[in-house]
Amino acid sequence: MKEYLHKYIELRKHDMQVAVRKAKARKMCYLFLAPYAILFTMFFVFPVVASIWYSFTYYNILEPPRFIGLQNYINLILQDDIFLIGVKNTLMIAVITGPLGYILSFLFAWLINELPRWIRSIAVIVFYAPSIAGNCYVIFSVFFRGDAYGYVNALLMNVGIIDSPKLWLIDPTYMLPICMLVILWMSLGTGFLSFVAGLQGVDRSQFEAGYMDGVKNRWQELWYITLPNMKPMLMFGAVMSITQAFGVADVTMALCGYPSTDYAARTIVTHLFDYGFSRFEMGYACAIATILFLMMILCNKAIQSLLRRVGT
Amino acid sequence: MSKTMAREKKHLRGRRQQAEQEQVYHKKLIRRRKPNRSIAGDIFLYLFLLLVAFIMAFPIIYAVSNALKPLDELFKFPPRIFAQHPTLDNFSDLFVTMGKSWVTFSRYLFNTVFITFVGTLGHLIIASMGAFVLAKYDFPGGNAFFKLVTVAMMFTGWVTQIPNYLLLNRLGWIDTYWAIIVPAFASPMGLFLMKQFMEGLPTSLIEAAKIDGANEWRVFTGVVMPNVKPAWMTLIIFSVQALWNNKASTYIYSEERKTLVYALQQIQSGGIARTGQGAAVLVVVMIVPIIIFIFSESQILETMASSGLKD
Repeated sequence: MKEYLHKYIELRKHDMQVAVRKAKARKMCYLFLAPYAILFTMFFVFPVVASIWYSFTYYNILEPPRFIGLQNYINLILQDDIFLIGVKNTLMIAVITGPLGYILSFLFAWLINELPRWIRSIAVIVFYAPSIAGNCYVIFSVFFRGDAYGYVNALLMNVGIIDSPKLWLIDPTYMLPICMLVILWMSLGTGFLSFVAGLQGVDRSQFEAGYMDGVKNRWQELWYITLPNMKPMLMFGAVMSITQAFGVADVTMALCGYPSTDYAARTIVTHLFDYGFSRFEMGYACAIATILFLMMILCNKAIQSLLRRVGT
Repeated sequence: MSKTMAREKKHLRGRRQQAEQEQVYHKKLIRRRKPNRSIAGDIFLYLFLLLVAFIMAFPIIYAVSNALKPLDELFKFPPRIFAQHPTLDNFSDLFVTMGKSWVTFSRYLFNTVFITFVGTLGHLIIASMGAFVLAKYDFPGGNAFFKLVTVAMMFTGWVTQIPNYLLLNRLGWIDTYWAIIVPAFASPMGLFLMKQFMEGLPTSLIEAAKIDGANEWRVFTGVVMPNVKPAWMTLIIFSVQALWNNKASTYIYSEERKTLVYALQQIQSGGIARTGQGAAVLVVVMIVPIIIFIFSESQILETMASSGLKD
């Protein structure tokens, strides 16, 4: 046993020496990477670590942080009802708009794939535009206005489905569904572009081979040929849509107000925002951030291991 | 003798038949350029796509036509979707009416343009430098660092918001443009896409330049960067989209350094008298990323083809 350990350490030492020698030979690589690496560490790695550390403290900026153990987490889960509403809403939005947006992205990318070139490029612009149109979603607050001037109210009243105007963005029953609708409208984002590009790259001869081997319709083509070829893009798209689905805040804040009626449109991120920048309870806000971080990473890992099985 | 001839004839006929059959089969393949597709299905598909495209585009079209409406049409009931007498009054109002206010509209516009331009330029240079060595050289720590970057793509900026605030505060950058610009330099998405695209570049190109006596910096600026122009556009669009829409309300307090999106919210909360201007700012905010995308679409798609995430 001892001998084995000794050998292992020796081997490690050798590996390290090789690595150091290699690193010395490639000094310029580190020089090139340094500006990015320093900024990335400062603004992405360090904040995550700091966030986890602060989540165990009471910190209000004025006094130095005071270590309080798990108290923040206990308060969050056992006492903070609004946080639980936020978690529930975030999960609802993520579970519905995440997969649906992802599937829609792929579906439309796939459907427009066979269109002639120029129609396809117009279609890509039309479908992709909502997600880069910035604050354009505030226009939905005009459509869903609470009085009879709102388009949706006027339309539904004309048809006779409702007889008095509904307060779409103030009534808690309608808030979340409308937010989801708007989020879905914006969901053909980066993942969609990746899918469009990936579909163009699938080798044509594979379809011919599939035709000879008895692939009979669109759907079989999709499952046996297209999807396995698209795996890396599917992974990338999944990362994009999960990240987006858990980070929802702008849309609910713009449409339903901040804070919204009865906190019906509160998400984890708006809760974080509330404690971080309105009440300056940084320790508590960092606990929220840490929970959000863990949720995102775990969900990403789970989905990725699921996606590895596609087409097999 | 005749027996063998007959057999040969039969054989020949058989072969001819086979050839004919093959020809028919071939013809069928050529005529139906897209096997596995029916015409009815295609027509249904086109109609469906047209409908969806209309739904997707409607809010944007509505926003644009709203901005072109004169004031009396904006308040007309029942409201019309398209402007009957389109004018650009709302846009000129932005400069005329708001020109008298304490912080003029052009100042907000300048702030956003400045932040977007500097942030995007810096991001493009810094991320490309990093991506170049990660894609083309094998050095200890390189792969681990890239893995870390892909993990960073999995959480949104909200998670890092508070420690970032504390850090920027320590650096004394709060309430300056740098609070938004410098963190944007390190956006993980740009490095990821650039690195994936640079991997497709033939290594021989770099080796050839090296044999000609170029050092790494010359290789980077003279050989690699000109060859990844499509990826430039992709980094630019993602960076512009993020910075142009940045509200920056938590990092910047002074009114004269606030951004366009912030001004938009101010105008919208300003009540009914500002409706026309609000519609106009909305169009200004929304149209810039869309126009950049329209002009760079094919290059962006070319980059996205290598965007896949491998295990």
